[in-house]
Amino acid sequence: MGTFHFRNHWDLRVSSSTTMFSKILIANRGEIACRVIKTARRMGIRTVAVYSEADRDALHTLQADEAVCIGPPPSSESYLMIDRILEACRETGAEAVHPGYGFLSENAVFAERLADAGVTFIGPNVEAIRSMGDKITSKQLAQSAGVNTIPGHAGVISGPEEAVAIAREIGYPVMLKASAGGGGKGMRIARNDEECVAGIEAASREALSAFGDDRVFIEKYIDEPRHIEIQVLADRQGNVIHLGERECSLQRRHQKVIEEAPSPFLDAATRSAMGDQAVALARAVNYQSAGTVEFIVDPDRNFYFLEMNTRLQVEHPVTEYVTGLDLVEIMIRTAAGQTLPLTQSDVRLSGWSIEARVYAEDPFRGFLPSVGRLVRYLPPTESDAVRVDAGVYEGGEVSMYYDPMIAKLITHGETREQARERMRDALNEFHVRGVSHNISFLSALIEHRRFREGRLSTNLIAEEYPDGFHPSDAIHDDPALLIVVAAAVHRKYMDRAAGISGQLAGYERTIDDDWVVVMNGDQHHVETRPVTGGHDVTFGGERYRIRSEWQFGQPLFKGTINGTAVCLQIERRNMIYRLFHWGSQVDVMVLTARAAELLACMPVKEPPDTSRFLLSPMPGLLTQLRVDVGNDVQTGQDLAVIEAMKMENVLRAERDGKVSQVMAAVGDTLAVDQPILEFE
Amino acid sequence: MQDIVRELEKKRAAAELGGGPQRIEAQHKKGKLTARERIELLLDPGTFEEWDMFVEHRCVDFGMDQQSIPGDGVVTGYGTVNGRVVFVFSQDFTVFGGSLSEAHAEKICKIMDHAIKVGAPVIGLNDSGGARIQEGVASLGGYADVFQRNVLASGVVPQISLIMGPCAGGAVYSPAMTDFIFMVKDSSYMFVTGPDVVKTVTHEEVTHEELGGAVTHSTVSGVADRAFENDVEALAMLRRFINYLPANNREPPPHRPTPDSADRVEPSLDTLVPDSATKPYDMKELILKTVDDTDFFEIQPEHAKNIIVGFGRMEGYPVGIVANQPMVLAGCLDIKSSIKAARFVRFCDAFGIPILTFVDVPGFLPGTAQEYGGIIKHGSKLLYAYAEATVPKITLITRKAYGGAYDVMASKHLRGDVNVAWPSAEIAVMGPKGAVEIIFRKELDDPERIAELTEDYRVKFANPFIAGRRGFIDDVIMPRTTRKRICRSLAMLRNKRLENPWRKHGNIPL
Repeated sequence: MGTFHFRNHWDLRVSSSTTMFSKILIANRGEIACRVIKTARRMGIRTVAVYSEADRDALHTLQADEAVCIGPPPSSESYLMIDRILEACRETGAEAVHPGYGFLSENAVFAERLADAGVTFIGPNVEAIRSMGDKITSKQLAQSAGVNTIPGHAGVISGPEEAVAIAREIGYPVMLKASAGGGGKGMRIARNDEECVAGIEAASREALSAFGDDRVFIEKYIDEPRHIEIQVLADRQGNVIHLGERECSLQRRHQKVIEEAPSPFLDAATRSAMGDQAVALARAVNYQSAGTVEFIVDPDRNFYFLEMNTRLQVEHPVTEYVTGLDLVEIMIRTAAGQTLPLTQSDVRLSGWSIEARVYAEDPFRGFLPSVGRLVRYLPPTESDAVRVDAGVYEGGEVSMYYDPMIAKLITHGETREQARERMRDALNEFHVRGVSHNISFLSALIEHRRFREGRLSTNLIAEEYPDGFHPSDAIHDDPALLIVVAAAVHRKYMDRAAGISGQLAGYERTIDDDWVVVMNGDQHHVETRPVTGGHDVTFGGERYRIRSEWQFGQPLFKGTINGTAVCLQIERRNMIYRLFHWGSQVDVMVLTARAAELLACMPVKEPPDTSRFLLSPMPGLLTQLRVDVGNDVQTGQDLAVIEAMKMENVLRAERDGKVSQVMAAVGDTLAVDQPILEFE
Repeated sequence: MQDIVRELEKKRAAAELGGGPQRIEAQHKKGKLTARERIELLLDPGTFEEWDMFVEHRCVDFGMDQQSIPGDGVVTGYGTVNGRVVFVFSQDFTVFGGSLSEAHAEKICKIMDHAIKVGAPVIGLNDSGGARIQEGVASLGGYADVFQRNVLASGVVPQISLIMGPCAGGAVYSPAMTDFIFMVKDSSYMFVTGPDVVKTVTHEEVTHEELGGAVTHSTVSGVADRAFENDVEALAMLRRFINYLPANNREPPPHRPTPDSADRVEPSLDTLVPDSATKPYDMKELILKTVDDTDFFEIQPEHAKNIIVGFGRMEGYPVGIVANQPMVLAGCLDIKSSIKAARFVRFCDAFGIPILTFVDVPGFLPGTAQEYGGIIKHGSKLLYAYAEATVPKITLITRKAYGGAYDVMASKHLRGDVNVAWPSAEIAVMGPKGAVEIIFRKELDDPERIAELTEDYRVKFANPFIAGRRGFIDDVIMPRTTRKRICRSLAMLRNKRLENPWRKHGNIPL
């Protein structure tokens, strides 16, 4: 978190009069454990990390003052083992436990066991955890606290007439859902009486065949829903405030991808109404500590309670940026019995903040999770406006056992656009190699028109990228930038080569200024001239003054072009420079004019047709081959098993066919895209 | 005088046109450049000095006296690559299909003789249909003249072949005896007998590409050292490759200044070797994080991948790197990898390029295929090559150095100059499990006892200290300091002088 500073530090006069923990244990791993350690350290509290055998060299293990191994890699045998964590508390004398998020953070039994052991749980009381952890109880509590809940009818519906009556009462559109269901089966959306009648019949029929239970209930259906949540803070003295909202509508399969505060959608009245309801709910459960009340918001700014998370949220940094508060510090202090340092009227929201979650997953391969060694990890430079919360380091491991998040990148700006631009530039600088990552996808998202305009919904990603994400989804809008940087880089390589010893005296190599940049099949003439601190490149009649400290082999080309800061990522493979900028990726060659001319004679080689092949989707060991030459296979049939990082991945047939060739043997180590089978 | 000049111009124009516009167009249509275009891209612009442009064949049979083209199907001369002299011959497929006549061979021999005399590399751009059949035995003699020079030049000046078209029959043996062979994908092939003969004799149906294409030779056979996408890429990469080679066996390898600091530390290398002894890791990461500017020119990247060989620079000076690759066959030595590495080590030794060896080798690959294939003889090639080498030899053991393979991989006993190990090194006769099962054979039915003994063995031998105690390794270094330590060692060794006893030549087990 480097240079990020919280604006409002705790009033020391208050804190000195109360007790404070001298040592806390963090029952978590990864970035959130590191995040908590950071605040604890600033507060002068000693920290204890717990780690599994897979996390022996993990950053949180190394950063804490003490570290205790609590078991084998699977979380069920380590991070979820209440007994082992209690034991670690006893061993180290930790007085309190911060649970982070996930794992045991919303586990009432854990909170109870800690209380029994005399260890403070840095979070709410057990009752709040328990009641908010139950979908039905929490909804009932919310209703009685005056919180809007999604209108619906939970009872059994006798027939179409009743269904229509209820639907009219709720207001269309409505959703008809199987009582026993889940997963979309027995689910129908109705926008009028007719659809409601047809839907109720279809839904009960489907429900009966899918679940053996034809009961159906009706609920308000929300078009273009937005996910907006309110951060609440409470202390043990009964003070409850809220810190405004976060919008987390950008989700992929219910997994939040980009979050921001404030929401571009809320007006002051809605914000205040949502805040009041969130506070009311927190009061109703005697909430203590930091918590989040999640709402679903429709296009008319009607909002409905979804659930309450009784813990620190992953996306809490955006709230910290706009409030200047350290939520972890407040959690620790309220857990120690201190009162909240501010009242509702003290809360000031300033500027805008955006968070992007950098995951180890391959956006170009259906977001397949990726695990392995971080061969290169260069996060963007942190500043007042750029914060990186990470639990990894170069040479560390993204483990198959846990959430594949690499880091959270958070930016702040005076305006949303400024925060967005800073996010774009920070993503641009984020260099990760060794595991696949979603940085290009994140870049594309924040550049997306709908994101720029703030027209979000939880369906945005599914709507805008229905067939997944492809390199062509991110086309660069300023090719000149790529061309001139490639030219400058190449010129530098050529000048380096010309500095070799052993040259024929009097006939030393001189490098020409004229070059041709080949990009996407087009040739661009450029003139490159080395000058102090960089190169002057002339392209298309314009002069580009490129100044950069870039050196050979460095993955980031940082510098200025005509005084404007620029950052590209560069990979050199044979003659190709692969450039990455603002989420787009392009291969460029720089040739002499003569070579460019002769390049026209070179055959354009179509990439081989791989549809007839079963390719290995990941590097791994081929452990099973379930078919042989001549076998007919059917769509969905298991063909082979690849073991990667001890995980079995079953490869299935994508279409019917006949195996014509087996191209790998059991026991082979396969590379990505290595063919395993060929079909006729 | 004027007449002569006019005549000269006419001859030059004729020679430069080679086989004529139609054949040039046909060559381009095949995705191939002409002999002269290739030279243009290979050499620094404007530096080519052509010789023997006016040489013509002397064949009078089969109507050959009626057709003669100046240059006779091969363009020869010299020029510079980044200011350094190289001799080059480029066969011209547009002239008699690039076939080799007596005169054609003489042109090649001439530049080879000169290359040896002045001590400069010879680069052959091969694109030839084979022997000039009309010339019969004269053509065969021409081949042999070239072969003889290949052998005399071997170890004296670097010889590089870039196969850019057909190269079949006896013609393959000239490139085969050069130091490196690069090929162009889809447009070049090499074989002793072509698909037609193969079909007649063995009834195998095989395409040119499958039998002797760039992919086949750079993956399966190991005949080729690299395969490139097209002529333009191949020539550009050849230029890059030449930067690693000395002009001859008496010249030091070329220095090229680098901004990369010798003191650069790479903290991430501390975690490169995984905790588990059976878990692989990518040795290339170590190479790329150690060499200057992350530039590594790999040789045979797709063949015998259990060993990595190639060139890099340290503080601007070229080094040859040999490294076991735990990702493939656990880094075991086998027939192919031994041959691949042995040839590379011998090249480096012949041309004064220091050898950097990164060791993680669990042993030799077991099995009938290996034994029947002669692993004894082929494995000993690598041993021989390392033992014979007098260039600076620096060895780093990253993890396993087991058994005979430990000895082979540039050990102290084979005159390793600086032998260091990472703390994760295990130098032993074999892995703990195997060792215990042999030493305590009688207790095999007591798994608990075996586990205990294995652990004992691990504690005792699975570390670098036993070898350190005997001086078999000079120091244990922190992985992050690898580049710094190797740079210092290389600087210290820069004036190393070591000579083997005089002999006509050694008898390497071929």
